[in-house]
Amino acid sequence: MQNLYDFSILTGAIHESLSRSMSPGWVTFTELVIIGLVFLLFFALLGLFLVYLERKVCAIIQNRVGPNRVGKWGLLQTIADLIKLLIKELIPIRKSDKFLFNLAPFIVIIASLMAMAALPFAKGLHAIDFNIGVFYVMAVSSLGVVGILLAGWSSNSKYSLIGAMRSGAQIVSYELSVGLSLLAIVVFSGSMQLSAIIESQANGWWIFKGHIPAFISFVIFLIASTAEINRGPFDLAEAESELTAGFHTEYSGIKFAFFFLAEYINMFIVAGIAATVFLGGWMPLHIGSWEGFNHIMDFVPPIVWFFLKTFFIIYVIMWFKWTFPRLRIDQLLTLEWKYLLPVSLVNIVVIAFLVLMGWHF
Amino acid sequence: MESQSLILFFVIALVLVGGAIAFSMLIAPRSFNPAKSEPYECGIPTEGPAWIQFNVGYYLFAIIYLIFDVETVFLFPWGVVMKQIGMRAFIEIIIFFFVLGLGLLYAWKKRALKWV
Repeated sequence: MQNLYDFSILTGAIHESLSRSMSPGWVTFTELVIIGLVFLLFFALLGLFLVYLERKVCAIIQNRVGPNRVGKWGLLQTIADLIKLLIKELIPIRKSDKFLFNLAPFIVIIASLMAMAALPFAKGLHAIDFNIGVFYVMAVSSLGVVGILLAGWSSNSKYSLIGAMRSGAQIVSYELSVGLSLLAIVVFSGSMQLSAIIESQANGWWIFKGHIPAFISFVIFLIASTAEINRGPFDLAEAESELTAGFHTEYSGIKFAFFFLAEYINMFIVAGIAATVFLGGWMPLHIGSWEGFNHIMDFVPPIVWFFLKTFFIIYVIMWFKWTFPRLRIDQLLTLEWKYLLPVSLVNIVVIAFLVLMGWHF
Repeated sequence: MESQSLILFFVIALVLVGGAIAFSMLIAPRSFNPAKSEPYECGIPTEGPAWIQFNVGYYLFAIIYLIFDVETVFLFPWGVVMKQIGMRAFIEIIIFFFVLGLGLLYAWKKRALKWV
């Protein structure tokens, strides 16, 4: 059953058919080009779809219809928006630091694309499978803050500077809690490789196997990563009611679109990591020894499981944004340093004790 | 394969952003107006630069963050081998957290965690 949806068969077949007609160097090159094109397409389409989804979810929560004119159910709305942004003028700011101003969108997109490369979508469908996977994702995705700081500082506008400074303080603070909550699962599974973490959840997801401490980690991860990606209720960096648009006030046209795209892709990465680490990645839902149910669940392809879990978490994050009011900066830092950080430190000790005693399943 | 993939994703990102910006520059209209290239300030003329002295609170948090982030880097290798080493690793991490907790308490008592 497990072999039916194994993507390594497909990738292996592609590799073999290429090897027959080309030399090894060219095979590697062609494969890299294929991976690159697939990811480029996926990246762009995913960003557009998430923006559409956000608007629809927001509309449902606020009892509206949302975009419904362009295409069926308004599905083409965000594509129309993209085309509009593409043909808008890129306004240069006279007093800005030109080089850094233009560099910032590159850094933001590089960070989110490289982090997305490590996500395991299904068995064998994995662009980069490092043995330090969790650490790699944390390290690369936190590069995005450099882009945000550069964008805010270089545009020489007060709104941008305040937004960037807030965003810097916020992202570096909440990164601690993200790291510590992921560490909980690293202690449980004894590996940092994302595929190994998924394999360790074959007989139950960590959120169920790890008792209450794992659940606490999951909740901390959700809160902290919502803050990490600058989304409401933690969207102080672009608080539109006080800072116009925060760090990307001075950006226009397609450069603005890249900041927007990166924000949504980061949301997908965070949700994907949460699904992989806590909710079993592409592992199907199994209930104890209920054979019939488990067999039916096995028939759903792993990639569908991955996207179901990821989009569930994305929905929760959107739900946060449209339900809670925005925090003040002192409340935001108090929440992290006086509540989340001590709780996650104690939580790690409890988990280490559980693992030591062998009290997890 | 993996380090090649890393370079690949770096290049893709460069191509995506660079290509889109170049394309946009080709087809987007252009007009010149001295007021347009001023930083936005609610429509009134811009007052002075934004590169000024700034609230020290942000830097304080960045410094405290540095200490704790280095700690996270140390914790990850510990997490991986925790199961194999067992009791000794557990005791060591309690000592580590004790020292770290003292640091956090000190910062707390010194009101470094209070927003000014």
